[in-house]
Amino acid sequence: MEDNTKEKIQNIIKDNEVLLFMKGTPVMPQCGFSAAVVGVLSHMGVKFNSVNVLEDAEIREGIKTYSDWPTIPQLYVKNEFVGGCDIIREMHENGELTNYFNEAGIKV
Amino acid sequence: MAMKATEIEELILQTFPNAKVTIEDLRGDGDHYAAQIIAEEFRGKSRVQQHQMIYNAMGGRVGKELHALALNTSTPKE
Repeated sequence: MEDNTKEKIQNIIKDNEVLLFMKGTPVMPQCGFSAAVVGVLSHMGVKFNSVNVLEDAEIREGIKTYSDWPTIPQLYVKNEFVGGCDIIREMHENGELTNYFNEAGIKV
Repeated sequence: MAMKATEIEELILQTFPNAKVTIEDLRGDGDHYAAQIIAEEFRGKSRVQQHQMIYNAMGGRVGKELHALALNTSTPKE
């Protein structure tokens, strides 16, 4: 990954407390897995920002290297990679996600 | 852009020979699978780390040759 891609990714993550890298937008997700995470966050009432990786090939590939995670979506909370679709769903179902946001000081 | 369930299982078992692996073809298209993996090696690892271990065992195929592999990882119960 080029240095400026890495810097770009770092800056977006730093500037957004809750950030979802996804395919499409929250209103028009382009993939069922991205839609599932949007659904969880919306259901919880968490405010989040998103990056549509389909609009930026550099970030689309870069974020996979950055997180050492091969798939999209990817959720970051306060600079920390929380997980992809399976993990977010699992954490939502067992209540862990609410605790996670509470501990991170994010309003749910 | 597809793999057989047995190929996925073999790849995982190559890295984790003692794991219990269950694969389900979610859509019957050979491209969307769910895998449940129970392995002692996961002990003490975060869920993100556990999934990364499986992605590594899959040798970069997830997200490329294989569109989707839903993961459920855990350690053996006593």
